Amino acid sequence: MDSLEKINADFATLFRDGRTLLDKGCGAVINGCREEAFRKFVDLGGIPFKKEEYSYLNLLPLFSRDYNVVLKYIRQEVDMNETFRCAVTNLQTNPVLTVNGWWFDENIEPEIPEEVVICSLREASVKYPDLLARHYNHYASAARNDGLVALNTAFAQDGIFVYVPDDVVMERPLQIINLLRANTGLMAFQRNLIILGKNARASVLVCDHTLSEQEFLVNNTTEVYLGPRARMEYYQVQNQHLGASQINSLFVSEHRNSVFESNLVTLYGGTIRNNMYVAMNEEGGECHLYGMYILDKNQIVDNFSYIDHIAPHCISNEHFKGVMDDASLANFSGCIRVRPDAQKTEAYQANNNLLLTDTARVNTKPQLVIDADDVKCSHGATVGQLDEEAMFYLRSRGIGLEEARMMMMFGFAHDIIQRVKLEPLRVEIDNLIDKRLRGELSKCHHCVMKCKK
Amino acid sequence: MAKEQENIIQEVTGSEYKYGFVTNVETETIGKGLNEEVIRMISAKKEEPEWLLEFRLNAYRHWLTMKMPRWAKLDIPEIDYQDIVYYAAPKQKESKQWEDVDPELKATFDKLGIPLSEQMALSGIAVDAVMDSVSVKTTFKDTLAERGVIFCSFSEAVRNHPDLVRKYLGSVVPYRDNYFAALNSAVFSDGSFVYIPKGVRCPMELSTYFRINARNTGQFERTLIVAEDDAYVSYLEGCTAPQRDENQLHAAIVEIVVEKNAEVKYSTVQNWYPGDKEGKGGIYNFVTKRGICRGENAKLIWAQVETGSAITWKYPSTILKGDGSVSEFYSVAVTNNYQQADTGTKMIHIGNNTRSRIVSKGISAGYSSNSYRGKVKVVKTCRNARNYSQCDSLLLGDKCGAHTFPYLEIENSTAQVEHEATTSKIGEDQIFYCNQRGISTEDAVGLIIKGYAGDVLNKMPMEFAVEAQKLLQISLEGSVG
Repeated sequence: MDSLEKINADFATLFRDGRTLLDKGCGAVINGCREEAFRKFVDLGGIPFKKEEYSYLNLLPLFSRDYNVVLKYIRQEVDMNETFRCAVTNLQTNPVLTVNGWWFDENIEPEIPEEVVICSLREASVKYPDLLARHYNHYASAARNDGLVALNTAFAQDGIFVYVPDDVVMERPLQIINLLRANTGLMAFQRNLIILGKNARASVLVCDHTLSEQEFLVNNTTEVYLGPRARMEYYQVQNQHLGASQINSLFVSEHRNSVFESNLVTLYGGTIRNNMYVAMNEEGGECHLYGMYILDKNQIVDNFSYIDHIAPHCISNEHFKGVMDDASLANFSGCIRVRPDAQKTEAYQANNNLLLTDTARVNTKPQLVIDADDVKCSHGATVGQLDEEAMFYLRSRGIGLEEARMMMMFGFAHDIIQRVKLEPLRVEIDNLIDKRLRGELSKCHHCVMKCKK
Repeated sequence: MAKEQENIIQEVTGSEYKYGFVTNVETETIGKGLNEEVIRMISAKKEEPEWLLEFRLNAYRHWLTMKMPRWAKLDIPEIDYQDIVYYAAPKQKESKQWEDVDPELKATFDKLGIPLSEQMALSGIAVDAVMDSVSVKTTFKDTLAERGVIFCSFSEAVRNHPDLVRKYLGSVVPYRDNYFAALNSAVFSDGSFVYIPKGVRCPMELSTYFRINARNTGQFERTLIVAEDDAYVSYLEGCTAPQRDENQLHAAIVEIVVEKNAEVKYSTVQNWYPGDKEGKGGIYNFVTKRGICRGENAKLIWAQVETGSAITWKYPSTILKGDGSVSEFYSVAVTNNYQQADTGTKMIHIGNNTRSRIVSKGISAGYSSNSYRGKVKVVKTCRNARNYSQCDSLLLGDKCGAHTFPYLEIENSTAQVEHEATTSKIGEDQIFYCNQRGISTEDAVGLIIKGYAGDVLNKMPMEFAVEAQKLLQISLEGSVG
């Protein structure tokens, strides 16, 4: 395994040598942030190692593999039929593709209200420099201690840009399909920016897939701005092969009476780290984060959330559930921060885990940091097994052991999935979960999954 | 009602620390500073055997390589370890007769309400009183000796029972454990030693009373409790210190060994001087307490009421090694003014069918910060472990903070671990309900806090529960946020 120093030095070399390529084609706003971000990365000690936020996740093995880093767009053949795999029955979406973190140049023109902009981030940085200057990298700074977010800012070149102006409703959900395809191991950086003006509404569905069996490491940062009374639903389905690792950081900046709802479903993948930072900047904000992770083999999922109640009268609600099989590892770390004067805050957080084997592990760290007194905050965490009495009930009615277990696990997961507001999507995810629990998902995607035991 | 509430808060911040007096007794101290010479000097003063000096020196050398831990949610000012006196002892004659004890000392402990004189046998508690670096008096030694129970000061134990001390010292908290454990292992002065032989139920509660008196000193005591198979003991610990403008350091170690079927109950009422209203002065209380349930069905109970200290950094923990062993942790931590506390527990489940329970109640007022930090770990080979944790925080006032940092690390599928925590203030509806029934706001708050902390106070031995209850009333009577 490479040492931390070597990994950090490699990044420094890459940053120095690749600077011209990095800057090429990107607007001044993106390029203007690089230098400072990289300095921050260095100041933070580079890749997080033995840091409190990453206490249960060792990133060194992940970063020690050999990856190519692509600093310019290389066209990949993508069969558009692949996207049908992500199609949701009875749900019309506007699909846009990214390949290895880059906007795919054959994306079909989405059917959207004409005021709405959906394009590549590079393009936006040249076309709408003012808009970017007002938002780009403003919210990611909430991750004060995370070198990986700084690294993303230093290296980001492309991703998705969405702008829904004031009072515009985007009826049809936007479906972002992130594909990975390469001939050798690949490290990719992706940067997304989603801006919803006041009263705007949108729902976004994100699917992550791998198309080739190489090892991938994606560092993906998404910033979301919600203007007053804006509403956004954000669904993410992570389904990649075991050699693909992801570091996702989501930053949401909420304003007066805005609502953010997120549902994160992790079905498959190597090492997945999800960072979620939500800042409740003005009164009346609401945020709901739900998550479901189903792990087996030697998968690792590490969910980290930080909900910052800056203004009074906001509500946040967080519920993550997971099922761990084989030698998998699940970490959950959630922090509710209530600043002084953020009175009348209501914040709830829960994390429930089912452990199926003795080789699987769970670490959970639900935290409350509260500096205002008139608040209602609670959190809970459990680790346990399927309820024996419920099992007995099912079996005494003639349901076999396996089937009873499936039903119970499905019910456990459905608790989260039922929060999905788009009905066709809910049905689809339920199906995926059912397949996943039966172990069929890896079978039917056999061609690309190459699950390594 | 708002006006009234304000008055009540005023009252809380205005309540005085009543143990802040200084005893005027001649004290023997050594110079400030810490080096190998000082350690040799302490060891020589206590006429310690060679192995113990070696233990101290090893610890000191290890300490030099360590850095002050900064992970706790505490704002600890830089501590100058060379500006502390590491040994201070009230001068007294060699005799162990009660009549020969310096009247000033007697008066001090009388004033603190500690029954040192055996005429005060009514209270039925054996007490070891420690002032600054040495043990002043241990009561009821003879009665206990009849049953084979050893209860004496640590120095005495080193002299009279060196084999036992050598066997157990550092076996639960090794000197490499953490920064303050290493410091304590290097310079510890005195403390209590308890040994309960096989099958003995200790006939009375044992208690140690710690008092810091001398200026500029640090107190580094060490407590070692060993309960052999089927033994039982209930041990209480209390602490106070004079009111001074500068901060004083208190870094103690408590080690507890519980063998098969034995039970140890360890209760603490910590009331070190917390500093004044502006946060000036007060004791830094950095303590490592750990017990091990070594044998099957061993049981260790921690009960603590933490009201004092400017800064508290303390995590009484249990290693549940024996199959079927049980540990419980009950804590009420109160912070007021500018006090800071980062306290909690660790439960390490190793043996099969081990159970643990954590009940932690935090109360913060003024500008204070009160954190619960706890860890529950179930190792891979441990089957059927069960843990339940409940951590509630009560906020009285809008300038204080209450934080919860639980860590659950589970590696076995048969484990059942639950954690829940809530943070809130006293509800206006609760107060209203009481008011309606003719209970004044102040009494209502008292009642609610009593109820809130009741789960923990009920676990304390009776004599302590009364003291703890009084303490709570003094620090928090009637405060509503």
